[in-house]
Amino acid sequence: MSHNTASAPHDSFGITLEEYLLPATRRIQLVAEDGTALSPEEQDVEPGHEYPMPSDEALLEAYRHLVIGRRVNDQAYALVRQGRMAVYPSSHGQEASEVAAAVCLRKDDWLFPTYRDTVAVMSRGVPATEVMVAYQGTWHQGYDPQEYKVSVQSTPLTTQLLHAVGLAKAARLRGEDVTVLAMVGDGGTSEGDFHEALNFAAVFKLPVIFFVQNNKYAISVPLARQSAAPSLAHKAVGYGLAGERVDGNDLAALLAVLGRAVELCHNGGGPFLVEADTYRMQSHTNADDATRYREDAEVKEWEARDPLRRMSAFLTDRGVLTDEVAESITADAEQVAASLRDAMNTDVELDPLELFDHVYTVQTPQLAAQRAQLAEELSRSETKEA
Amino acid sequence: MANLTFAAALNAALADEMAADDLVVVFGEDVGTLGGVFRITDGLTQRFGDDRCFDTPLAESGIAGMAVGMALGGARPVIEMQFDAFAYPAFEQIASHVAKMRNRTKGATPMPITIRIPYGGGIGGVEHHCDSSESYYAHTPGLKVYTPATVADAYLMLRWAVRSDDPVVFMEPKKLYWSKADLDLDELRAEFEARWAEAEKAETDAEGWARAAVARTGTDVTLVSYGPSVPTCVAAAKAAEEEGCSVEVVDLRTINPLDEATIVRSVTKTGRAVVVAEPQGFASVASELVARIQKECFHSLAAPVLRVTGWDIPYPAPKLEEHHLPNVDRILDAIDDLNWDLDSEEADA
Repeated sequence: MSHNTASAPHDSFGITLEEYLLPATRRIQLVAEDGTALSPEEQDVEPGHEYPMPSDEALLEAYRHLVIGRRVNDQAYALVRQGRMAVYPSSHGQEASEVAAAVCLRKDDWLFPTYRDTVAVMSRGVPATEVMVAYQGTWHQGYDPQEYKVSVQSTPLTTQLLHAVGLAKAARLRGEDVTVLAMVGDGGTSEGDFHEALNFAAVFKLPVIFFVQNNKYAISVPLARQSAAPSLAHKAVGYGLAGERVDGNDLAALLAVLGRAVELCHNGGGPFLVEADTYRMQSHTNADDATRYREDAEVKEWEARDPLRRMSAFLTDRGVLTDEVAESITADAEQVAASLRDAMNTDVELDPLELFDHVYTVQTPQLAAQRAQLAEELSRSETKEA
Repeated sequence: MANLTFAAALNAALADEMAADDLVVVFGEDVGTLGGVFRITDGLTQRFGDDRCFDTPLAESGIAGMAVGMALGGARPVIEMQFDAFAYPAFEQIASHVAKMRNRTKGATPMPITIRIPYGGGIGGVEHHCDSSESYYAHTPGLKVYTPATVADAYLMLRWAVRSDDPVVFMEPKKLYWSKADLDLDELRAEFEARWAEAEKAETDAEGWARAAVARTGTDVTLVSYGPSVPTCVAAAKAAEEEGCSVEVVDLRTINPLDEATIVRSVTKTGRAVVVAEPQGFASVASELVARIQKECFHSLAAPVLRVTGWDIPYPAPKLEEHHLPNVDRILDAIDDLNWDLDSEEADA
């Protein structure tokens, strides 16, 4: 019996199934760390792994999100320190991966983010003020997933990958052309749900892109304690899906690799596993202290690979990012940061009685009684205050 | 003539819901070609196709997690956990997402998922095949927990569960799968349609149905029970009657929502209550029922509220399970323990 080879698209690339499933020997990189474009020779391109440079327009638009994302990361971090937000897991340093995960998708596609993927969620069009509700601490979730086609920011690690698989399955049942991109971290690849999701997606041949941001740490635990695989992208081959490894701080390479995966998914291909090689520049959250488990020298090394500076240099050199354009992008970012500050500095009037309103479609008698009890407590304390 | 089995009633309910709504999908382990290890999904793949009823890879978290995504994508998934204890790998998805998604998004993303779980003992099953896991789900806000005890309820309640916009953990007492009743399916269908139309008209999302049933009327003592223990309670009530004690049996039908009113009405009338349930009693649904009965019926009670449950032990091996499960004798002993002499002592004094 053949081994699921019939529908594999490797033939169209003129390569073997193994070559198709395995990532390229080297991670995909289109722009060097100093912002210069790499020639095909410098890229050491292998058959089936050729990726053309995205258009200037696409790069500039993504770069705009990148600048805004960096500004939001830093603004949110500051707001936590000022006590205006409960917590914020920053993606500082990973913004290229964050942005690419969102902008590669079409309007009807879906994104399944993790708690660290606020910038991806925003790049998909969700206003910062809605995203931050969870980190402001006024409710667990601020935006309507259906409105933006962005699922909730999942905190239980890796559980969202299975939701992505289910959404793709439902879309197929309904005859809808939907590609789903699900985000996860290097630590998340150790969870059982990672295995189950990749296997389900491959068995049902669903248009799902599993996008692993390998930022090297799961809070304090380094990559070496998560996996002994040659790369996380290599995990794909065991499930019969194609893996690719990309420089996660190279916006151009990310757009190219994810863009092709999305394109193939919409044409009956998929699923795919894409690993972005990146780095978490800050601590896990403000409650964490990264100096306890990693060396400064390592952080410095990654500073040199900063995705924002790299794309800025590249686009400036291309003559696309003029001073005027750069200023307007900075102004956009400042505006987003200001609206975030305003929202977080405004005390939200909370209704404690709402705690009972969304548990079930129809409130149970027991919850109705508890709601009445809290209402009574509240009115008593109001009377006392008055 | 008893003609319809509990299992066949469940099967008919699934088929009827799939026929009524193209977005109802059934999936799990062995539910496709085989029709389920208990044959509850028999014939569904053949009739509705592999898109609507299908086997998944063998992974319970995957099944539950995929159901969350399918619900998000507008489908109405009915998933099968093959046995009670095999559902534990799915617990994270159930507790963290199925139960919480609606509340987390302020009602924007309902989770109309039915999680079918064959549960309980009494079938001579080996380890991990006989757990009574209802308390875990009943303890989890956001989930509803249904458990039918009669053939008619197997049909009516499963259809009602599939139509619920809230997630329902639908617990099927394994030992009742082969029980039979003399019922006409078409009459059951008509009853369902009539009650559904009524519920829709009342805009109660069919919650108006969440009523406990009085499985047997009596005046001296109330047995409060659900699922697999209901027939045991009815048998105990019949035995007690021969000894001159009139026993009422309340079948909860739904553990959550809990119909306290029916329980309170019964216990207020009889003044005595025994809660009967299969799982270990510590920190269980039975504990919750006792607490509520003593609070709501305190002034009507002639005796402490007692419990007959499994022991606080891991479920025993097949040859020992008879010593663990609540049985008629143990229930009758509990009834005897309800301070029957209290009234006559007062009369003597």
